[in-house]
Amino acid sequence: MQTPAPFEYERATSVEGAIAALGRLGPEARIIAGGHSLLPMMKLRLASPEHLIDINDLAELAYIREQEGEIRIGALTRHVDLLKSELLARRFPLFADAESVIADPVVRNRGTIGGSLCQADAAEDLSAVCSAAKARVVIRAADGERTVGMEDFHVGPYTTAVGAGEILTEVRLPLRPGAGSAHEKVERRAGDWAIAAASAAVWIDGGAIGDVGIALSAVGMTTIHLTRAEELLSGKAPSEELFAQAGEIASEDCSPSADGRGPVDYKRHLAGVLTQRALRRATARALQQED
Amino acid sequence: MDVSIAINGEQVSREIEPRQLLVHFIRETPGLTGTHWGCDTSNCGACVVQMDGRPVKSCTILAAMCEGHEIRTVEALEVDGRLDPIQQGFHERHALQCGFCTPGMLMTARALLDENPDPTDVEIRTAISGAICRCTGYKNIVSAVRWAADHEAAAKQEA
Repeated sequence: MQTPAPFEYERATSVEGAIAALGRLGPEARIIAGGHSLLPMMKLRLASPEHLIDINDLAELAYIREQEGEIRIGALTRHVDLLKSELLARRFPLFADAESVIADPVVRNRGTIGGSLCQADAAEDLSAVCSAAKARVVIRAADGERTVGMEDFHVGPYTTAVGAGEILTEVRLPLRPGAGSAHEKVERRAGDWAIAAASAAVWIDGGAIGDVGIALSAVGMTTIHLTRAEELLSGKAPSEELFAQAGEIASEDCSPSADGRGPVDYKRHLAGVLTQRALRRATARALQQED
Repeated sequence: MDVSIAINGEQVSREIEPRQLLVHFIRETPGLTGTHWGCDTSNCGACVVQMDGRPVKSCTILAAMCEGHEIRTVEALEVDGRLDPIQQGFHERHALQCGFCTPGMLMTARALLDENPDPTDVEIRTAISGAICRCTGYKNIVSAVRWAADHEAAAKQEA
């Protein structure tokens, strides 16, 4: 039987209350939402928090809405609701691409976007999705809140910019014209973690790529932001040749490890191919050419 | 800590350790061993129950998290000796051999039909993709869910 080490449990009734509890209980306290990353780690004793603060009652953190030129997603929004959101499907279709292959539908009923991002597993899809979409996340503490771009959010493996006594409350996706996005993933079997995955978002401006975000999952110690490929594409007219070059950069700039999911050269190859595919599909969507 | 959970419409109260998982809370309740405890890693789907109508894996939810929520287990499917159409479908189409995955399959499929009464085979396969069956090869399970969908649609027309 897999059983977590003993801990004390309490339910938060407000975001402020959860933050206060984190402050009161100290570094051995953890927030739990869907629990589908934290509980497995606790069962394996890879994590042994002394206190769990359950935020599942905080309905005010579960929403997807358009506000002030952004899509705003509450941290407690579950995968199933991200998958079904028409607003997201219209504005950032890479979310639906990713959500249809994140774990399985039953797990998606529990897991949350905030939990996925804070877990910061390099193989996790939403971190790459949010990086490509140039998301900013809102992190709240007792004395106020701050927003952090995804490029500064991933600090290291399983480590984010969310500090002691802080909670990630919201993900913000700036809305800009000419947007198209896609997420491409290869997995060994239904519901598995990615062997490799690539997220891409483009913003077409006057026939050229005005801005672009590309990120990779599962091929490094953290989510990989492909800044070199972004710089290559920026300002240029989209073309197959350019996407192929970006794919080559992806193969070079990732740092996969060999494991049961495949050897290093295979994963590098996949990273390249998936980057190319994601860019192609994102651009087609931006140009509304996708059938 | 004291926890009180509504399981199949009845309030079950017990003193537990906060670390107790929902699957064990359910199985330690007299008469409710239908929910199976399988892989313990949220992969196999044998432990699926419904929480507020949505299927969830009870090996990866703390019992303490369920206070104030409605839990429905496989035992709630049969009412007054009448099988739920999904159970009848599994019987008609021989959708089980060893039966270990069956409670989770039934609760997952029941939730699918509640949300989507006329699913395609692909939708059925997607819905049960978080549940592993090592006996049937899934073909008969898909057929059973189809049977239940067809018979529920027919029953509604008659009504």
